[in-house]
Amino acid sequence: MKKRKIVEEIIFRILTGIASYSLIVILCLIIIIIFIKGFNALSLDMIIKTPKGGYYYGGEGGVLNAIVGSLYIAFGATLIAILIGMPAALYINVHLVRYRRTQNTIRYFIDALWGIPSIVYGAFGFTLMLFLGMSASLLAGIITVALLITPIVIRTFDEVLSTIPKGLHEASLALGSTRAEMAFKVMFKQGFSGFITAVLLAFGRGIGDAASVLFTAGYTDLVPTNLDEPAATLPLAIFFQLGSPIPEVRERAYASAAILTIIILISSLTARFFSQKYSKSNLK
Amino acid sequence: MILKRVIFNSLTGTWMVASLVIILILPLIIGVALYIKAIPLFDLQSLPQLIGSSNWSPTNGDFGFWPFIFSSLYVTILSFLFSAPVCLFAAIHLTQFASQRLIHLMHPVIDILAGIPSVIYGMWGIIVIVPFVGDVLAPALNIKTPGYSILAGGIVLAVMCIPYILNMLIETFKTVPLGLKEAALSLGATPWESVKHIIIKKSLPGIISSFGLGIAKAFGETLAVMMVVGNMVQLTFNPFEAGYPLPALIANNYGEMLSIPMYDSALMFAALTLLVVILIINLIFRYFIYKTQKQ
Repeated sequence: MKKRKIVEEIIFRILTGIASYSLIVILCLIIIIIFIKGFNALSLDMIIKTPKGGYYYGGEGGVLNAIVGSLYIAFGATLIAILIGMPAALYINVHLVRYRRTQNTIRYFIDALWGIPSIVYGAFGFTLMLFLGMSASLLAGIITVALLITPIVIRTFDEVLSTIPKGLHEASLALGSTRAEMAFKVMFKQGFSGFITAVLLAFGRGIGDAASVLFTAGYTDLVPTNLDEPAATLPLAIFFQLGSPIPEVRERAYASAAILTIIILISSLTARFFSQKYSKSNLK
Repeated sequence: MILKRVIFNSLTGTWMVASLVIILILPLIIGVALYIKAIPLFDLQSLPQLIGSSNWSPTNGDFGFWPFIFSSLYVTILSFLFSAPVCLFAAIHLTQFASQRLIHLMHPVIDILAGIPSVIYGMWGIIVIVPFVGDVLAPALNIKTPGYSILAGGIVLAVMCIPYILNMLIETFKTVPLGLKEAALSLGATPWESVKHIIIKKSLPGIISSFGLGIAKAFGETLAVMMVVGNMVQLTFNPFEAGYPLPALIANNYGEMLSIPMYDSALMFAALTLLVVILIINLIFRYFIYKTQKQ
């Protein structure tokens, strides 16, 4: 009886250990393969030139169009998401702070919103675009991605704001500040590193998402110069060029994947850094 | 001075309420917009017909979504079977057995895995999983397949969903009071027995919810699956055959949808189906999670 217990203990310790170490192995496998393929293909030309002779058939040139397009869309969308998400998160934690039920219901709905797949946002963006008489463009892409990442900004920022001690609210109100002053001068400052984390997470999600820009931003070989022009994006550069029969074009897909992964790694690790910094330096 | 402060207060207050309202009614707007687009299709065929029929030829006006829904379900269930045990065991290990050093290492690992975009998983699937299924697994079982198959889709999807489910499981296990585990240990239970009888039993609603939300995420995942699943309209139980999940249908045909009559309605109906199914699953299981967290 005793022996069986010990054997079971050992078996399951090993099994659970394997499961968690396998995650590290999987991550290494993914990163190593993306980087080996990508850095073989990566060159200066890849970064500073647009594709020559069509993104699907021409072998020359690089993916500058996709890099610029992706950065435009991600920055634009993050900006809109901040403009909507930041005040919404502050409202939940400043004006609604005495209504716990309402707070939790709102959090519940935004969490559910987070679960909606990006292809649905893409389809919605497309309908909206047709309804407004626009064609596939940078602006349509920015709006669609902004809708996709706003729930992320709200919930991540909100998580941090909700940990700010209530005494701080009371102190600022007792000193005679208005709700707005309390929100922007006290809460926003206290939760600033959480705000940066939220923005970086949203940026990472926005730049990596393909299904939402597939319908709305279009694809082009040119670098967009205006909001109503179509724009190429890195995820779609990978997706389209990977399907090409020409090896040089596929190289461009690998290079785009390496560039995208580096951007995501930087933004995700910086986000982590800021959230750790928050937990060390703030009032508890 | 006071007037300025009051005006600033009410202006920002309006701004805050407006943004919150926009976000909260967004799912409703999306639903209504997609529904309006899908109305012509409802006039053509009834809902049970749309979902249950497997007759798909848009040029003839036949829209039966069953092959796509079936493919979606198949890939999702397959991915769930692969990812669920890994997530459960890893979450148990990380919350009960692991050293502090490993936990510190695992946080960024899970973060990065969760942050890698779908299309990168898809590319990785094409480079690694598709050849593995086509050239290693299939010949070993005496099956011929190009590798682009439901099985490959399931594997890639499983890897994608692991960080998502794992994060929620870890949160759930953390909410189990330490005292319960200590009581079990002091009564002579081995650590694994305390996990088996206390932790898992106590957090069962949370575990089910995490799995449910993972399934919802897998069901709506688009590009990674679409790149490796083969995209052929057919009904088959053989995992080595190609499938055609619902999100892939939408993403693949956006170019042609305005040139064939009713095709855009059909695709918007597909998007609406995804939205409704996933939103309902999310609302149900998140409700469970909130209930358990309150206790």
